Amino acid sequence: MSPLELVRDHGEAVADAWQDSPLAIRGLTVSYGQSPAIFSVDATFEAGKMTAIVGPNGAGKSTLLKASLGIVKPLAGQVTSFGQPLAQARVAYVPQRASVDWDFPVRVIDVVLMGLYSEVGLLGRLRGLRARAVECLERVGMDGFAERQIGQLSGGQQQRVFLARALAQGADLYLLDEPFAGVDAATERAIIAVLQELRDAGKTVVAVHHDLATVPEYFDNVLMINVRKMAEGPVAQVFTDKALDETYGGRLATAGA
Amino acid sequence: MILDGLTFQLGYNASLVTLGAILLGIAAAATGTFLFLRKRALVSDAISHATLPGVGLAFIVMVALGLDGRSLPGLLLGSALSAVLGLACVAYLTRATRLGEDAAIGAVLSVFFGVGVVLLTVIQTMQTGRQAGLEGFLLGSTAGMLFADAVMIAVGGAVVLGLVLVLQRAMTLVAFDPGYAESIGLPVARIDWAIMGLVLAVTVVGLKVVGLILIVALLIIPAVAARFWTDRAVHVVLIAGAIGGASGWIGAALSASAPDLPTGPIIVLVAFGAFVLSLLVAPGRGVLAAVLRHVSFQRRVHVRQGLLALATGQPIYEPLTLRLLGRAGYARADGVATEAGQGAAAKALRDEARWDVVRRHEAFAGTAALYDGLREIESVLTADQIAEVDRLIGAPEAV
Repeated sequence: MSPLELVRDHGEAVADAWQDSPLAIRGLTVSYGQSPAIFSVDATFEAGKMTAIVGPNGAGKSTLLKASLGIVKPLAGQVTSFGQPLAQARVAYVPQRASVDWDFPVRVIDVVLMGLYSEVGLLGRLRGLRARAVECLERVGMDGFAERQIGQLSGGQQQRVFLARALAQGADLYLLDEPFAGVDAATERAIIAVLQELRDAGKTVVAVHHDLATVPEYFDNVLMINVRKMAEGPVAQVFTDKALDETYGGRLATAGA
Repeated sequence: MILDGLTFQLGYNASLVTLGAILLGIAAAATGTFLFLRKRALVSDAISHATLPGVGLAFIVMVALGLDGRSLPGLLLGSALSAVLGLACVAYLTRATRLGEDAAIGAVLSVFFGVGVVLLTVIQTMQTGRQAGLEGFLLGSTAGMLFADAVMIAVGGAVVLGLVLVLQRAMTLVAFDPGYAESIGLPVARIDWAIMGLVLAVTVVGLKVVGLILIVALLIIPAVAARFWTDRAVHVVLIAGAIGGASGWIGAALSASAPDLPTGPIIVLVAFGAFVLSLLVAPGRGVLAAVLRHVSFQRRVHVRQGLLALATGQPIYEPLTLRLLGRAGYARADGVATEAGQGAAAKALRDEARWDVVRRHEAFAGTAALYDGLREIESVLTADQIAEVDRLIGAPEAV
């Protein structure tokens, strides 16, 4: 009996689609102390679709991404890609902008070139790959900033540079942690356009998202979590007032969202 | 005398010390840069202080075995082992308790150092201990440096430098964005240990020259100084290496040129000199450059605002603005525009209108990002583009 068969989602049998999914999570539990940040979460992200992960603060959204990538070690559960253990070279991760020190001595182009490390290795030459990095900057509208020190960028520009680095990886699966946090409307539109381009090219995009109002407009699918999984599926079917109310513990009723 | 020192002409021992100090300076600076970039500079303090009990224990063990207690390889091996233990304690306290790394460092540093001092005192009372000269490891003592010691420092420094070269890309990425590094499959924890291991190696190798109290300075000061000069991690490493090497060279030569000048502290003081110099005069991040930039920016703002006021016929109240306009020949002391001033004012007003168009139209989005209220429009747009902008100024408002 495979360990996957042991895992059940709230007592229901888990869907079989996990073997066709670029990112499938089974029974994932992560804890930073005594209480779990996420508990026994199952999720099957659909290939070629954009999926939003939504939930209140402290619901474990970022943790879910980090555990999927092996950045934090789960207590239990497993992460697969097309039925195999996740190959990190095929995943591009865009961390939260606030997670790094923007006064660090690197230029914009250096950050984008980091996206090519997994391809050239830690000693391989980067010289010939500069053109590709610049091309990725162009795709996010940041060409012309290549030589700037990253500390000189605005928040939205920093986010675009992070996205360019992910593009440079040429991955099939993109995991973004709050890509729209603290960016202006123009940047948000630019980023969503790039993500939709990726989706239309058959890539899979998963993003932690906070603005509930734009979920139906931007995303195909939604995963709602609050430590446990609350709902999962196409936005049109799953993203209901009832599900939102349950996910946010009834606190949205007064917020009027 | 100093020149003799710098050109290795103060005798065999002084030359050995100088050579050793240069290599140590380069290796320590290059290694320390990554510690600094990783924001864990203080860990080196814990490592260096944790070497002391190892030195004492190694001496006692070697004497007990009937060997020469002062054998440098033996003492350094002992110091390395106890430094590893100290580092493991810091790592354990940070991971297994809620203590922050700073608190863990403080606890480990002082306890290990205390144990070391007790051991040294015990050794003083031993029959063979009196001449041990182990206090030399506190602040460095180069007087009795042997050729073999110098070779060990040279080899150790070269190995460390080689490893830094191989690992620099990985260490830079881990320092900048550990989460992303982990996501592309880099073993972040092991790279962190590699940084610590390199620092430990440099510390042990440097005990003889600068001593355990001051080695921290040689690890961190060059990196901090280098940061003023550049915005690229690779260049920080190179410049720090140069500052570290030069400090070792000049410091060792200085101390050899006069009697009773301690080598280690002098090297550290020279490095500190390089830091102060960098702090003050480095272009870009230096203090003087920042002040000059601010003053010149403020003047340009005043001139610009003054010209716009002239162009729209508004009175100018600020004395500084009037003075600057007068000095540039744009206005008389009573605030009336000169002929040159009228021309410049008209141009300023037109540029303002052009910028306005640039910032409102998406076609110029890339250029608009460069707007700072002062930039000459000719410096960012071609003549054709300016003509296009002028056409838009006349055209009705686009939606």
